[in-house]
Amino acid sequence: MSAEVENARPDAGGRPDAGERPRAGDSRAARLSGTGRPWWSALVVVIALVVSVPVVSVLVQALASAGDLALPGNLGEMVVTTVALLALVGLGTSVLGVGLAWLVTAYDFPGRRLFSWMLVLPLAMPAYVLGFLFLSTFGPAGGPAHASRSVFGGSSVVELLSGWMGAPVVLSLTLYPYVYLLARAAFRGQGQVTWDAARMLGATPWRAFRQVLLPLARPALAGGLAVVMMETLTDFATVQYFGVRTVSVGVYLTWKGTFDFASAAQLSVLVLAFAVMVLTGERLLRGGARYDARGSHRPPASPTVLTGAGRWWAFAAAASVLAAGFVLPVLQLLWWAVTATLADSSSLSTGRFATNLTNSAVMAALAALACVTLALLVTHGVRMTGGRLARTAAQLTTFGYAVPGAVIGIGVLVSFAALDRSLEALGVPGGTGLVVTGSVIGLLASYVVRFLAPAYQAVDASFATISPSVTNSAFSLGASPLRVLRRVHLPLSRSGIAVALVLVAVDAVKELPLVLLLRPFGFTTVSVWVYELANENFWEQAALPALLIVALAIIPVWFLVRQVRLAEPHRQVTS
Amino acid sequence: MSSAVTLRGVSKSYGETLAVSALDLTVEQGEIVALIGPSGCGKSTLLRLVAGLERPDAGTVAVGDRVVAGAEWVPPERRRVGLVFQEHALFPHLSVGDNIRFGLDRQPPPDQDARVREVLDLVHLAHVVDRYPHELSGGEQQRVALARALAPRPEVVLLDEPFSSLDESLRARVRADTVSALRATGTTAILVTHDQTEALSIGDHIGVMRAGVVEQWGRPVEVFERPVSRFVASFMGDADFLPASLVDGGLACELGLVTIRKDVPDAEVVVRPHEVSLRLPAAGVTGAPAVVDRVEYQGPFILHTVRLASGRTVRSWQPHSVRYPVGTEVLASISAGIVPSLLSGDAALAPTPTPTPTAHPDR
Repeated sequence: MSAEVENARPDAGGRPDAGERPRAGDSRAARLSGTGRPWWSALVVVIALVVSVPVVSVLVQALASAGDLALPGNLGEMVVTTVALLALVGLGTSVLGVGLAWLVTAYDFPGRRLFSWMLVLPLAMPAYVLGFLFLSTFGPAGGPAHASRSVFGGSSVVELLSGWMGAPVVLSLTLYPYVYLLARAAFRGQGQVTWDAARMLGATPWRAFRQVLLPLARPALAGGLAVVMMETLTDFATVQYFGVRTVSVGVYLTWKGTFDFASAAQLSVLVLAFAVMVLTGERLLRGGARYDARGSHRPPASPTVLTGAGRWWAFAAAASVLAAGFVLPVLQLLWWAVTATLADSSSLSTGRFATNLTNSAVMAALAALACVTLALLVTHGVRMTGGRLARTAAQLTTFGYAVPGAVIGIGVLVSFAALDRSLEALGVPGGTGLVVTGSVIGLLASYVVRFLAPAYQAVDASFATISPSVTNSAFSLGASPLRVLRRVHLPLSRSGIAVALVLVAVDAVKELPLVLLLRPFGFTTVSVWVYELANENFWEQAALPALLIVALAIIPVWFLVRQVRLAEPHRQVTS
Repeated sequence: MSSAVTLRGVSKSYGETLAVSALDLTVEQGEIVALIGPSGCGKSTLLRLVAGLERPDAGTVAVGDRVVAGAEWVPPERRRVGLVFQEHALFPHLSVGDNIRFGLDRQPPPDQDARVREVLDLVHLAHVVDRYPHELSGGEQQRVALARALAPRPEVVLLDEPFSSLDESLRARVRADTVSALRATGTTAILVTHDQTEALSIGDHIGVMRAGVVEQWGRPVEVFERPVSRFVASFMGDADFLPASLVDGGLACELGLVTIRKDVPDAEVVVRPHEVSLRLPAAGVTGAPAVVDRVEYQGPFILHTVRLASGRTVRSWQPHSVRYPVGTEVLASISAGIVPSLLSGDAALAPTPTPTPTAHPDR
């Protein structure tokens, strides 16, 4: 989730034409060893290739079966739905994200400091949890619908929130923090100087915002929106609550309905095309603009102090979003969890809770270990070789985060099936396909593809703090690459490794679409359990596992908040 | 004496930039060599080539008798080459003792302990063995880094601007300690610096580098007093250049006759501030008339810049008791006994057998 924020880090690979003057960490002498250790280069390249196998096999499978298109009849409808959903979620997250970011940056009102980080919290609320809360609240049986029916008679806009409208609203409420974080960083980065300059030239606050700050925040906005769109494309669980059929839903239903690789792969390529469009859109919106986003030496703009009713309107705006996206849902979940447990205290001790929790925990632990091990090998490998090939390959290992879950899922299935077939062809008996595809190994593989990026970024950030001359010193003292890893790099990047483990584990527990697609029969994780209970309207029983997921998901959000706060120019800047 | 490090025809470029160009260099066993040059001259690249942190595009590098780059490739960890960085690069998670022990892992533990004590004694830091790098001062860190590099008894120790991160006041002291530790162990060392005083004071040999080649290689005295080029002359210390032309007695510049040789039609004379004397006009005092243009107090010396009749300026160091006010008319000349270098174009003219400056007007 910190992908975009991390990407703001300037490329650390200094070019050799930089001077030789002593400049900390930047001098030639501090550059990485560029002597090429072919084994390490090869290792990084192999990892990158393995990670990209699922996407490649989706493409190959789709191409191979391109002769007989087996797309569902309602394809056009699905495409239109996907476009509409992306547009609405994009609009919703932009309005919420930019609006709130501007509010807490430019204006002072009661609770501003607290809101400025609390508004990130909805990121910890998985859409499939907020989704079923919307269903229960605004559905026909819910209080608001009841009230509005008795007031207005008939169905109303309230009921729309449990219908198709629920999908974009829920996704916007859970995803806007991506836009919010980047927009706020951009607004703060531009600081007082830009703002003052615009105002001194006679612009009203609104005009200064619209014509100066907003264009300057455009690259950040593009980045945030791209993440939002990717998450929207990946989701095929939440939208199903609301009867919304996107292309990703199509992939899932096609696979579960027909178990036909060809049509699932063909639809996956369509999803992939959407993802490519989103990324291209981001490039275009960014427009090659590279505004100085560092600005850390500039004092942040001092906010306008709101007075009178204005301050309470501002408060209400921030508070209502936070309430809708996080506070009320958590309270509702708590209430349900307590009442359900009191009503039937045996629910906690029933086998299902323990089993599902164990499944989630084991999967999360395995995924975290696998991702961090690979991330560590890649990062260390890049430092061992210092070559461009290894660096490019390392970047490639992170692309799974930008591939919608449905594509990864189908890709893993396709590639494992191909593996099975070739094993069978080689005379290995029992390669029935289901042995591998129906096992948790497939699920684990998809986790690795998807979550290698956050693991790599955390470990890489930690490695960036280890001076290349420390590595070179270790070499000059006769240490082999493995000994450098064990005795120097590993202990020095401990904190990054810990962060990576936590991030991946939490992401894995939260993950729903991949599990739905790839789980072996009868294998249920906590997230799937919540989804299944919610789908059957057992909301009270879904509350406790859902709370567990939310509680875990707060951890990476906390990391993110802390990271952002550390990276931000601080208030005590003397001017 | 056998050589400790030998480079033959070594080239290395980064993309378009040629960092080191067909370079030859031989460092003898036990000597301390200083490489000096401006930014981007390739001196650090040369160090990295010896360390094995870069692979040469062409040429061979040998450490001792062993070729380590060229026909064969020996990675840095198997070269027996010690490295000391400007930022010291101690392992922050290891104590001083463990930092030093890091390079001794192939020896039995008792030997390791003995060696740790030995090298720490060498740099007078036996008392910090259990401390961590962040608990040490910059000077102490530098000495620990040296001890760590010396511990595995490398063939050669490479030092990359090792003192430039230290305070001015600390630098001379740490530098002296470093040199004495290197001398005490007879270790061959190559030191990269951009500080001419440092290079002149500690190098047995100095290599002045420019644009990827060693422009001059020699003992400090040679490099300073007989620069082979205009670049070396101006880089190693301050220098002014005055045109010289043929006169009856030989070759003369505005400050007077500089050589009796007559084989060069025109040349330039290199004069350094300490070679120019200024005296007040008086009977029997000779010299070129000049006016004091600027006076700079430099502590032990006072730097006078004087303008000659031609409009050229020449700098002169005067003892700090002598200070001529701006505008004073003085007579400038080359100090007695000084044999200035001559340049033809950008290259120095080979010195002639004992030229006699200023004297013998009648010949």
